[in-house]
Amino acid sequence: MVAMRGVQKHFGALHVLQDIELDVAPGEVVVVIGPSGSGKSTLCRTINRLETIDEGSIEIEGRPLPQEGKALAQLRADVGMVFQSFNLFAHKTVLENVTLGPVKVRGVAKADAEKRGLELLERVGVASQAGKLPAQLSGGQQQRVAIARSLAMEPKVMLFDEPTSALDPEMIKEVLDTMVSLAQGGMTMVVVTHEMGFARTAADRVLFMADGRIVEQNTPEEFFTNPQSERARDFLDKILKH
Amino acid sequence: MDALTDNASAILDGFWLTIQLLVVNGIGALVLGTLVASLRLSPVPVMRAVAGLYITVFRNTPLLVLIVITYFGLPEVGIQLGFFTRISIAMSVYTSTFIAEALRSGVNAVPLGQAEAARSIGMPFTMTLTQVVLPQAVRATVPPMASVLIALTKNTSLAAGFGLAEATFRLKGLVNDYATERWVIFFGIALGYIVIVEVISFGAARLERRWRVA
Ligand SMILES: Nc1ncnc2c1ncn2[C@@H]1O[C@H](COP(=O)(O)OP(=O)(O)OP(=O)(O)O)[C@@H](O)[C@H]1O
Ligand SMILES: [Mg+2]
Repeated sequence: MVAMRGVQKHFGALHVLQDIELDVAPGEVVVVIGPSGSGKSTLCRTINRLETIDEGSIEIEGRPLPQEGKALAQLRADVGMVFQSFNLFAHKTVLENVTLGPVKVRGVAKADAEKRGLELLERVGVASQAGKLPAQLSGGQQQRVAIARSLAMEPKVMLFDEPTSALDPEMIKEVLDTMVSLAQGGMTMVVVTHEMGFARTAADRVLFMADGRIVEQNTPEEFFTNPQSERARDFLDKILKH
Repeated sequence: MDALTDNASAILDGFWLTIQLLVVNGIGALVLGTLVASLRLSPVPVMRAVAGLYITVFRNTPLLVLIVITYFGLPEVGIQLGFFTRISIAMSVYTSTFIAEALRSGVNAVPLGQAEAARSIGMPFTMTLTQVVLPQAVRATVPPMASVLIALTKNTSLAAGFGLAEATFRLKGLVNDYATERWVIFFGIALGYIVIVEVISFGAARLERRWRVA
């Protein structure tokens, strides 16, 4: 589904992604963890080309990522992205947030998009907020709307960049529950998160990054109980203490 | 009060011309300013430089000097236009620089994440701009735009010096003719400007409320 080969990326002198090799199979859920600044967000953002790469190749379903332009826009429609800061369209209602993409990008009739949009809002548990503006919702509700907005495009793969890091503890669960049910429904997902509970329940594989490299990858059980690298052991020690 | 009541129709004619100047130059400045702002935000460095130069030159030249240039300069180089048009070219160009800057700061006030979210649901560049960034930028632009229009309202009075019989031109005439009622005339004319400015402020406040996002 996603294939990254020999990917290199620099921010000026900083080598943020080094020799990245990654394959994500259809229906697979990959959790990416690692210390701050290790390149997790950058990795995630290169997959739908919000960040360009310097070397190597990225393919989605066997097709290389196109250059900026129409073809890239089409590809992005098939790759959902959920941000740490939700990024709901602030001037649109919750329902409009979910229908804008299908109507404008996919050319779906408005009535159909609204029907489908309400179903999706129902599914993530915020249908009662459909007429409100994003700013009137709690963080957890906003993030669930953002997930519904992505789902409305019927993506083949979804990227999550720390979807719960900006949330109060009591709202984290509602968002994680939504993600777990997505994972169980067979969605292909790449999820940057430090929520080990989520990784253990939903992930097929955990990928540990440090200094721009994928240092280690394993099943969640193996990774958390028996990390192979010094870096991973250090990191797990630190987050387990908190 | 005789000075005002006896000359009501002349004064109203004057304000009618003031309003015409305001509307024509408001629209002219909006069109030019939007154009310049899009150049200013363009990814092409040359376009940004051209827009930057335009803004630097025309915003920093006093409006009166610009009017003198178009008023006397255009006929000099063989371009024959009426008073109103010659004055309006200067006024629209001058005002457009403020509009362009207001629009630019409005676009910059829209968080980058909004455009990223739009792009990641598959919107191409222009759709991202028209559906997501500009509608929010325009909202953020309402208060500075209102200030620009209020400044323009008052700037239209410069046309009095160039043979256009707008409100301030009438004021000068009446002050000469009614030496004993000068205060009444001043306040009467000032009141007219205040009404126009209040209408603009009121409209801006309504737009802001209608378009608010929180
Ligand atoms: N646009 C940018 N320009 C320059 N440097 C950047 C840019 N974006 C990220 N970086 C740098 O690249 C490195 C990796 O950033 P990235 O956001 O991918 O890390 P991360 O693993 O997601 O960290 P965090 O856990 O803090 O989110 C960091 O050192 C960061 O400062
Ligand atoms: Mg990050």
